[in-house]
Amino acid sequence: MSKFLEVRNLNVSFPTEDGMVRASNGVTYSVGLGETLAIVGESGSGKSVSNLAVMGLHNPTRTEISGEAILNLKSGSVDVISADTETVRKLRGKEMAMIFQDPMSALHPFFSIGDQIAEAWHLYNKGSKADGKNKALEMLELVGIPDAAKRINDFPHQFSGGMRQRAMIAMALVNNPSLLIADEPTTALDVTVQSQILSLLKELQIKFNMAIILITHDLGVVAEFADRICVMYGGRIVEDGTVEDIFYQPKHPYTLGLLNSVPRITAGTSHRLKAIPGQPPSLINLPKGCSFAPRCEYTSKVAGGKCSTEVPTLDVKNAGHLSRCFLSTESLNNLVKDKA
Amino acid sequence: MSENILELNNLTKYFPIKGKGILSGTKGLVKAVDGVSLTVKRGETVGLVGESGCGKTTVGRTVMKLYEPTSGQIIFDGQDITDIKRKEMKIVRSKMQMIFQDPFSSLNPRHTVGTIISSSFTIHGIEPEGGIEHAVGELLELVGLNPEHINRFPHEFSGGQRQRIGIARALALKPKLIVADEPVSALDVSIQAQVVNLLDDLQQELGLSYLFVAHDLSVVQHISDRVVVMYLGKVMEMAPTAELFKHPRHPYTKALLSAVPVADPKVGRSRERIILQGDLPSPVNPPAGCVFNTRCWKAQDICRTEIPETIQISPLQTLACHFPE
Repeated sequence: MSKFLEVRNLNVSFPTEDGMVRASNGVTYSVGLGETLAIVGESGSGKSVSNLAVMGLHNPTRTEISGEAILNLKSGSVDVISADTETVRKLRGKEMAMIFQDPMSALHPFFSIGDQIAEAWHLYNKGSKADGKNKALEMLELVGIPDAAKRINDFPHQFSGGMRQRAMIAMALVNNPSLLIADEPTTALDVTVQSQILSLLKELQIKFNMAIILITHDLGVVAEFADRICVMYGGRIVEDGTVEDIFYQPKHPYTLGLLNSVPRITAGTSHRLKAIPGQPPSLINLPKGCSFAPRCEYTSKVAGGKCSTEVPTLDVKNAGHLSRCFLSTESLNNLVKDKA
Repeated sequence: MSENILELNNLTKYFPIKGKGILSGTKGLVKAVDGVSLTVKRGETVGLVGESGCGKTTVGRTVMKLYEPTSGQIIFDGQDITDIKRKEMKIVRSKMQMIFQDPFSSLNPRHTVGTIISSSFTIHGIEPEGGIEHAVGELLELVGLNPEHINRFPHEFSGGQRQRIGIARALALKPKLIVADEPVSALDVSIQAQVVNLLDDLQQELGLSYLFVAHDLSVVQHISDRVVVMYLGKVMEMAPTAELFKHPRHPYTKALLSAVPVADPKVGRSRERIILQGDLPSPVNPPAGCVFNTRCWKAQDICRTEIPETIQISPLQTLACHFPE
C-alpha cells in the first residue's frame, strides 16, 4: 500500500547573487497515516526547505523546484509540486498543515486567538460566525488551554510560549488534516513545556490518525517521538531507517558523529565528547563527492578516493535501512563499535 | 587565599516596573533574582540551570556588575565587589570575563577579529609580552582558529568560529573566572561538542573557573562539577553533578530532569516522566510560600504559606523544600 505522502527526488534551489543555493538535492521520503517521520539535520541541511516545498510555500519566482511530492488522498493522488497553486492552496490547511518554531511570528498579533482559529475553519466549512467561535473553543479545549472559554478572545501576546504553540496546533488541526508538518515545534520552549507539547501531539496523532513529519535537530526529541528517521546533511538524505536502526545500528559516519556529539544525561561519568571536526558545507559550494567527505574519518577506508569525486547513492544496506555511503557493508556494520 | 573564587550571599536583583508617564512612579517589581547564595571554587565549573525567566542570566550579569544588585553580597577572589565604584570594577573585570549566547550580536560587525580581541588590551592599557598582534595571534591559536584570519570580519566566520572569537576575547586578560551565558545554545550539535571540548581544555590548561549558565541539562551535566537549579529567582537545589542527576531531591529538579529527552529510544521511552502542569508563574507576583507550589504535585498547605528554608545538607549541597524526595 502506498503511504500518505511520497516525496520523490525533490530538488529545491534558490538562485542568488553568489550562486545557486542547492538546499535540497534528490530528497526522497514517505510517511504513512498514524506514522511519525523525523527529519534530522543541522542548520542548513535542507530539512525545512524540502518540507516547505511539500506545503507549496516557496515563492515560485525565486525558487527552482523539481521532483514529486504525492499526496495519496481518498479522492485520488495529487502531485503538489506539479499541481497549480490554486489546487495546492485548497489542500493546504485541509489535507496538510504546518506548525512552526516561533508561534509569536506565526500568529497574527492583531487578531484574537479565537478569530484566527475560526478563520481557518471558515475557509473549508460553511457556518455562521457563532459556529466558527464554537469550533475554535472546541479546538482550544482539545489542545488543553485552561479556561478556554475565557481565553478565546485573548491576543497572542497574552498567551505564554507554550500556550501559543498549543493555539497554533489548534489552528493547524481545525480542519482535521491527514498530514501535519511540525518544523522545530518545541525548539523555542523550555523542557518542561516541551514535554507537554510533545505528549499533546502524540495524543492528537492517535486520535486523528495523522501522519506527522517532525523536523528537528534535537536527537533526544527524535528518540522519544519518532517511528522513522531521515538524517539530512548538505541538502541530501544520508541515512533513512527506523528509530532503532538509526540509534543502535547507525550506518553512516555522519549519523555516528552526530550521536557521539550529544552529551547524554544518562551517561553518568563525564567523558570527553567526540566532536565532528570542521563545519557543515555551504549549500552554494557543495563538495564534489560526498558532502560529508571533508569531515569524515572513514574516507581512507574507501578505495580510490571515491568519496571526494563521486556522490554515493542512497542504497538499502539492511531491510528498510538506507545509507548514502561508499563504505563496505562490513565496515558499515562495524560503525556501531565506534559509538561512544 | 580563599578557596572560593566567587561567593554570592543572599543576592537579589529586582527590576522596577515603571508606570506610564514620568510622575506615576514604580508600579511593581520583577523579582528576577531573589536571595541567591552560591559559591564557585577555584578551578571549578558550576552550572546554573533553570527555565527561561528563572533569573539565571540575571545572576550572571549581576555577578559581572552589568546590573547593580538590589541587595546581598558578591565576593570575588576575596574582595567584596558589591558596592565598589565603576573605576575599581574595571580592574576587577579584567579578572572575570563573560561569554555570550549569541555569537552574531556579541561581536561588532565593523571590527576585525584583531580589533575585537585586542580591545581587551587597549581598554585596560595593557601591553602584552611580544606586542598586541602577537598576543592576539596566540589567543586565536589557543581557541583553534587560524592566526592568519586576524584581519577578517565576524561575518566571514561560522557560528562556532564566532563563538571561539568570543572565547578568545574573554581569555585575553587571563581571567580567573568566566561567566558563560548559554555559550553553546545557538550552535548546532556537532559544533556544540567542539566548543564544549574547547571550554574543557581551556579549563585544564589555564585553571579557569566557570559559572556556566544554561538551560540544556545534558550539556550542563557534561561540563559542570556542581549544579545549581533555579526556579523563579530562587535556588531550589544545589548539589554535585553526579549526585543531582542520580538523586534529585527537589521535586522541581526531578520534574526538570525527567522532561529532558534522552537520545536513546529504549531508555527514553521507558523512563518515568513527570509532566508539570501549567507555565512558570510571573516573577512580578510570585506565589506565596514555596514558589514552585503551583506546579508541584507534592504541594500541601504549608507549601502555600511558608517559604521553605534552604537547608545545608553538606558543604556542597543545599536544598529548599518542605517535602524533599
